[in-house]
Formats: sequence, structure tokens, C-alpha cells
Amino acid sequence: MSTTPTSLAVRVIPCLDVAMGRVVKGVNFLNLRDAGDPVALARRYYEQGADELTFLDVTATVDDRETMYDVVRATAEQVFIPLTVGGGVRSTADVARLLASGADKVGVNSAAIARPELIAEIADRFGAQVMVLSLDVKRGGTTDSGFVVTTHGGRTETDIDALEWAARAIDLGAGELLVNSIDADGTREGFDTELISLMRSVSSVPVVASGGAGEARHFPQAIAAGADAVLAASVFHNGEMTIGDVKRELRDAGNTVRE
Amino acid sequence: MSAPSVVVLDYGSGNVHSAVKALELAGANVSLTRNAGEAQEADGLLLPGVGSFAAVMAALVESRGNQIVDRRLAGGRPVLGICVGMQVLFERGVERGVDTEGMGEWPGTVDRLRSPILPHMGWNTVTAPEGTALFNGIEDERFYFVHSYGAQDWSLTGTAPIAEPLVTWADHGGRFVAAVENGPLTATQFHPEKSGEAGIRLLANWLRTLR
Repeated sequence: MSTTPTSLAVRVIPCLDVAMGRVVKGVNFLNLRDAGDPVALARRYYEQGADELTFLDVTATVDDRETMYDVVRATAEQVFIPLTVGGGVRSTADVARLLASGADKVGVNSAAIARPELIAEIADRFGAQVMVLSLDVKRGGTTDSGFVVTTHGGRTETDIDALEWAARAIDLGAGELLVNSIDADGTREGFDTELISLMRSVSSVPVVASGGAGEARHFPQAIAAGADAVLAASVFHNGEMTIGDVKRELRDAGNTVRE
Repeated sequence: MSAPSVVVLDYGSGNVHSAVKALELAGANVSLTRNAGEAQEADGLLLPGVGSFAAVMAALVESRGNQIVDRRLAGGRPVLGICVGMQVLFERGVERGVDTEGMGEWPGTVDRLRSPILPHMGWNTVTAPEGTALFNGIEDERFYFVHSYGAQDWSLTGTAPIAEPLVTWADHGGRFVAAVENGPLTATQFHPEKSGEAGIRLLANWLRTLR
């Protein structure tokens, strides 16, 4: 696919895992009164120049989900950039509730694998721009592309080819792909650029690269491979680098960023 | 001078929390309602819009929001349309083969952008015209867009004593209308309430035009 003549900036997106109203895993911020408060952390990233925010609801029970709506509402009232919420979204009713709470986009993962029509239902009712297909992808399996879709955070392998799934989801109405590499995730050795460029080759919607960021120089590699946006969690949470550091690296590599 | 009052028209259009809070931050006294009286009396009316052209238009007609907009404009009272809330101000919208009549405040059709990658999602620059009040001091900022459709032509001109509409353009696989300032009627294809500080400043610029 040819490159688009556009002055669109590449997006830098911090991701927060939230359970029961608290940020879980790897937050170690100095000078933040409550590092576990997702709203405070979201505000911090907003002030650093984040282009969007993603919340991943890792809550286990239905009761706990109520807290997530409150977190989304409080964030949307203070942070004036787009907010994507994923994790446990199973129905258009869940989407309606998240949007009413202040989310702009909703990430759908396993529920769409179980019932692909959910993608069309969400896109038809709320618009494709709301419907982010979140994929946890791993190398291996018996798929044509060599990349397979997994569930349960990569622990369970399906027999679905990741590229075929992405193309089908776009046909059904997905407006964005959030591509998380299970192989790269946690390695800190960089994004899976082969996966990103394959995804770009089948995708007519924006691609967000996720998994593997360990150093600022990894981010331009993901963009060069074809990503429209880069997402990371721990490198931001543990204070190793700021959003500004990543944007500087992207700009130095010749990319357009929002200053 | 007290804060200008703004009604965010509540006709069931998705996420409006940020619009309310962003307007407050910009200096307005904001209420979220579909009450026609309140919507008529406010200094400004914000018309949000998320989803498909057809769905937004249907919801507007059902809640009589289109009448509220018409009456305000007939009285020269300011209205700000955002995203699909801007698109429905045109004559028609064509989405996935569905041709829907809009409010017809402006001539023209909203149709699919010509970029290989859609939606147009993210922070883009705009080209604002001479004399813009809306982009005063923020002409070089980026704003957050998320849409696959847009008005790609503009044909309405001004005939004295009616001033020429001020049209701001953006580009994604071809140019499209990013904002319009046309007497009491103002609109943006992007989301000022999602455009960080630049968006708050744009809303403050609009509030300054209210009285």
C-alpha cells in the first residue's frame, strides 16, 4: 500500500492496566502523590503530551466493572485527549455504557473472536471509529502467515490466522487495529516489526503497534514498519522515559509528531 | 461580565462529558439538556455528533434538535457543530451507499474521503483563512480528527452585505473542510474537546464571539 499524503502526526499512546479502580503493574513514579490512581496518572501523561490514552480493564468480576466506569468518567472530565477502553467488552450494551461514561473508542478482543458479528453490531450502532479490534498475536501455529491469534493474554492459542482475522474484522467494521505481540511483550527488545508490516499490508485502517518497547529508539522502528501509532506501558510507568522523550526520538527519525 | 451560557444539546449523541468540561474550562457556564427553552435562551448552542450521518440526523429530528438549531439561526444566535454535528449542517451525506438529507444550512454533500487509510484518525494541521476568529493565536496547532467522511467542496459565497464564510481546510488524501465560520453558525470537523490545550483555546475563541 502506498503511503498516504497526509500531515497527520504519529500518535504516542500510554496504556494503563486498571483493576478495581487502581493501576496495576509496574507503576513507579516519583513526585506523584498516588501512583496507583489511574486518573492522576492519566492527567500526568496528558500534561506530558500523550496523543491518546488507553485503559485496559483487567478486572475479574462484574461488580468491579462499576469502578471502571467511574474511572473513565473522572478521566474524561480532566483529560482532553481521546480515551480508549478495552478489556471485557462483550456487547453493544457494554460499549454504550463506556461511551456514556466518557470513552471515545472501545477495544474488543476475545468477545469478537467468539462472535465476530459483534464487530458489525458495534460499528453499525456507534460508527467504525469507536470499534478498535485488539489482537494478541503470536508467532507459530499452522497458519499461512505464521502469526496466530491468542486469547487469555497469550496463554491460549486459537487456530485463527492473525492477518486473516484482521482483514475480516476490517470488513465487518473495525476502525482501528491494536496489534499486540505476545512474543515481544515484556522482552523490552523492541516491537515485532515483521508483524507490524504484515498487518499494515492487509489493513486499510490505522494500526497501533504494541508490545516490546524498551528503549526510545524502538518507537521509530515500529513507525517505519508501518504503524500509525505506538502504544507502551511499563517504559512510561516506571519513569524510564517520558512521552516527550519518545516524541523527540520519533522526530529525530524524520516522523511528524504533535509538539 | 458573567460567563457566557452554553447549552450542549443532549439528544443521545455518545460522549458529551468532555465537551461539557472543556467548555467549562474555556470559561462557559454549561448545561447539558434537550429542553428547547433553555437551548433557545443560551448564549451559545453546541451541537455534538458521533456515529453515522443517518443515525445522527434521525436522532436530531426525533428530539426536534434540528428545529432548535433552525430557530436559533433564524434569530442570529450562535451555534457550534462538532464532527458529525458539523456534517449534518450540509445538504446531504452519503455513507456506505445510504444517501441522507441533512439540515441544509450549507450547500454540498458529505462523502467518503479519498485516502487509502481511513478513518482519518489523529492530530492534523489546518489551514485557516485570513480574518479567522476561531483559530486566532492557534493557527499552527494540531487538532484531533476522527472521521471517514467529510465535505470536500465548498460552494457558498458571500454577497454583500452578507460576509463571505470563512472556511478552514485540512488534508488527508485530498482536502476537506475542517471548520467553517459563517455568521452565527460555526463548525469544526475535528473535536476541540479532544484536542488538548489547543482545543480549549479554540472553544474560548468561540465563547468570545458569543456576545
